[in-house]
Amino acid sequence: MTALPTKRDETWRYSDLEAVARVWPVATHAHVVPAGETLALPILLDAADDAVTIEDHEIEIGASAQAIVHVAITSGRLGRVFVKVRLAEGAHFELTGAIVGGGSDTHEIVTRVTHAEPNATSAQTVRIVLGGQATGSYLGKVAVARDAQKTDATQSAKAMLLARTATANLKPELEIYADDVKCAHGATVGELDAQALFYLAARGIPPAEAKALLLRAFVGGLFEGTPDETRFDAAIDAALEKML
Amino acid sequence: MLKIENLHAEIDGKQILKGLSLAVNAGEIHAIMGPNGAGKSTLGYVLAGKPGYEVTDGTLNFLNFDLRDMAPHARAAAGLFLGFQYPVEIPGVSNLQFLREALNAQRKGRGEPPLSGAEFLKIARAQAAALGLDPEMLKRPVNVGFSGGEKKRAEMVQMGIIDPKFAILDETDSGLDIDALRAVGAGINTIMRKPDRAVLLITHYQRLLDYVRPDFVHVLADGRIVRSGGPELALELEREGYKDIAA
Ligand SMILES: Nc1ncnc2c1ncn2[C@@H]1O[C@H](COP(=O)(O)OP(=O)(O)OP(=O)(O)O)[C@@H](O)[C@H]1O
Ligand SMILES: [Mg+2]
Repeated sequence: MTALPTKRDETWRYSDLEAVARVWPVATHAHVVPAGETLALPILLDAADDAVTIEDHEIEIGASAQAIVHVAITSGRLGRVFVKVRLAEGAHFELTGAIVGGGSDTHEIVTRVTHAEPNATSAQTVRIVLGGQATGSYLGKVAVARDAQKTDATQSAKAMLLARTATANLKPELEIYADDVKCAHGATVGELDAQALFYLAARGIPPAEAKALLLRAFVGGLFEGTPDETRFDAAIDAALEKML
Repeated sequence: MLKIENLHAEIDGKQILKGLSLAVNAGEIHAIMGPNGAGKSTLGYVLAGKPGYEVTDGTLNFLNFDLRDMAPHARAAAGLFLGFQYPVEIPGVSNLQFLREALNAQRKGRGEPPLSGAEFLKIARAQAAALGLDPEMLKRPVNVGFSGGEKKRAEMVQMGIIDPKFAILDETDSGLDIDALRAVGAGINTIMRKPDRAVLLITHYQRLLDYVRPDFVHVLADGRIVRSGGPELALELEREGYKDIAA
């Protein structure tokens, strides 16, 4: 794992390899969640404009254990979070992610989730707001092993582009070898709703505030009621404000 | 208060308003009726400044402002309110958050201090109660999951909170049940029937006009006002339809 990655590797295809070279190699954080226990892993990447931050995590989730990963990438030239997960029987994995990127930022969340045993559940939700020439990616692969019957895996990725020059790459993927599973995945890329913007304007809300309101509704609420809410939402708000 | 002269407007290059003139003074309520597709909603959108609605000729004066120079939010801050024929749903934004932000943005535009959360809540609750809308609904996202009638009631609650000088109400009566129609009618009278206010009421039916008695009734057909009269004109239209007028 010391050779610099190339774009031929699909998990690095949309990355900023020049920036990667500045910090390579990157250490992997290994986590083992014992049976029945819970791991909470909050990752907030909000370092200064020129920062390059790569977080690489591997999580083994034991039987009936769970891992809750919260990710917000709100600034930095390159912010990347890679999470590799293996779920044992009855385990649960949750990833909730927000990306806000402007300028020529590259922000990416990459997951590789393996349901190795039966009855495990995973839910991944990612919301991305991009302006300028930013690139935002969610590359998520869920693999369901032959024995992993009754798997329930969902992936929902949505991106909002504030400029035609920004790029969103949403790739929720499934690789299923079991037959009795429930897997749902969806990805949409859109722009701010012009009808909603006019409705807000017609009630007196100026354009920048109207956009902020809609964007907060889009990325906000992801972390509501969690211990990370205040810290994450503050970083997201600051990033949105900077962009409008 | 509002003076429209020779208004020509188009959408996507298609001419919809073709020389419309209309003057509304403070203290007056005008009803606009007319066949489907005549351009009634277009008139409301043009007055409110909806993007894509291009004024190609004519003048639009509101309280000595030239509306053509003003962005939609500035028109609202100047006192113009459009009640939508089809209110827009905004997931993730609560009515309270939306309306507080709207009211405070307008106050800021007029150089007034913002209202605190508590002050705002008091006004919002009172207006909801006056229009028979469950105040709990104000916590829900804007118009999301509201029934057709609830959306129209909510538009009137918004009007009560914002307290505009001039309201264009586009088919606010459509979709209302009998009690709601009465409540909305009473709401319009309470909020807007004042010497310094005026209303443009777009409607297809006499029934709302039983509650909100117009001073003038106009027929808009094919992009112009083709006939104007008093309240009796609405009754005549209800009896005879538009065939003689629009022809
Ligand atoms: N984007 C558009 N491009 C072209 N024509 C349009 C567009 N939007 C509206 N129109 C047309 O403009 C005309 C006027 O529409 P408008 O909504 O103002 O009618 P209205 O008088 O409000 O009708 P109704 O009573 O049915 O509400 C209609 O013929 C409509 O099809
Ligand atoms: Mg209409």
